[in-house]
Amino acid sequence: MNLSDSKKKLVLAGAVCGLVAACLAYFGNPANMAFCIACFIRDTAGALGMHQAEVVQYARPEVIGLVLGAFIISVETKEYRSTAGSSTMTRFVLGMIIMIGSLVFLGCPLRMIIRMSAGDFNAWVALIGFILGVATGVFALKKGFSLGRAHVTNKASGAVLPVIMAGILILALGTSLLKASEAGPGSLHAPVIISLIGGLVFGAFAQKSRMCFAGSMRDVILMKNFDLFSVIAGLFVVMLIFNIATARFVPGFNTPGIIAHSEHLWNILGMYAVGFAAVLAGGCPLRQLILAGQGSSDSAVTVMGMFFGAALCHNFGLAASGTAVNAETKEIVAGAVPLNGKAACIICIVVCFIIAFTHKREEK
Amino acid sequence: MKEVDARGLSCPEPLMLTADALKDADGAVKILVTEPHQKMNVEKFAKDRGKTAVSSEKDGYFEVVIE
Repeated sequence: MNLSDSKKKLVLAGAVCGLVAACLAYFGNPANMAFCIACFIRDTAGALGMHQAEVVQYARPEVIGLVLGAFIISVETKEYRSTAGSSTMTRFVLGMIIMIGSLVFLGCPLRMIIRMSAGDFNAWVALIGFILGVATGVFALKKGFSLGRAHVTNKASGAVLPVIMAGILILALGTSLLKASEAGPGSLHAPVIISLIGGLVFGAFAQKSRMCFAGSMRDVILMKNFDLFSVIAGLFVVMLIFNIATARFVPGFNTPGIIAHSEHLWNILGMYAVGFAAVLAGGCPLRQLILAGQGSSDSAVTVMGMFFGAALCHNFGLAASGTAVNAETKEIVAGAVPLNGKAACIICIVVCFIIAFTHKREEK
Repeated sequence: MKEVDARGLSCPEPLMLTADALKDADGAVKILVTEPHQKMNVEKFAKDRGKTAVSSEKDGYFEVVIE
């Protein structure tokens, strides 16, 4: 099965992933979040007690399913390769940056597309930052940026993250060790089995289609290649139809209850950091999970960086708050990015520039 | 034959190196990549530019010869 050799198949793969996201939203995932890698890693980090934000703690089966789905399909199609050794700790830092930028904006690139399809203008504003971030990454690539070569390593090494993910699932289902939110976004979720199957299907299709949000923009800017972009287009269209059909399409800026804010500069800068870091890391948060599933220890470390970044965001008050309605006064309370989050976002962008121009491709 | 060793590099570096190599190559170019999707990307890149690409699997990597 090859889904990446024609644009039609790529659009189809994107549409299937869009359907999965739509189903998850229908069955109970938070409004206009549906399937967000950053939010779900943050929730899973909370379930493991890495941070104490009680409203965002839940071991999301989607994240576990993504990694396991990519693992199973890559083993099945002989694409599993255990590799490691490409600037590992730099990738850990890039994972942290991707998470911090995502939680300043309130969503990963996948959720940005889902928010855009639900009429959230803030996500369209953030898209500007994302494109600029990707473009800056492309500029660095053209100037010779590289994290160096990964090497084939012990076959079992690449399976460590999938095994850890399976372990988290077992702990979540079979014990009461993990934390689970009783209120807030962490308490809103589809039934476990639907989330897990959704993650597995999404993971398998994302692996076969090479779906990547940063990669799609990067290829358009770098090579005028629209292959990966067509996957995103398929996903966007399906989610747009779903949102319109189920009256979830609410165009506007200050829409309460959708976990978004309207601080335009910080929506732009948050996604700028994400786009920049994702190009440097060779893929968006979703792609990192998929690559980790198919044996890349470097991507697994990037994922660990995202977990660490999520913990920092909630332990140090970096994450933005969403626009909400005050239950007593019924007034709209605007969401905002805290000062710590703004400072962290700036630091992240500076670190991206340092990484971009200190890691050079070896000349042969 | 000009050879580009892109093994172990992250996307899109294998394609960038391929594009550079094709730009100033007279004859055939041999590209070495690790991942199956990188092999396919290189093949597609060559075909889009009217060239032929012949791939073979080696010990832990792929060799794509573009002419």
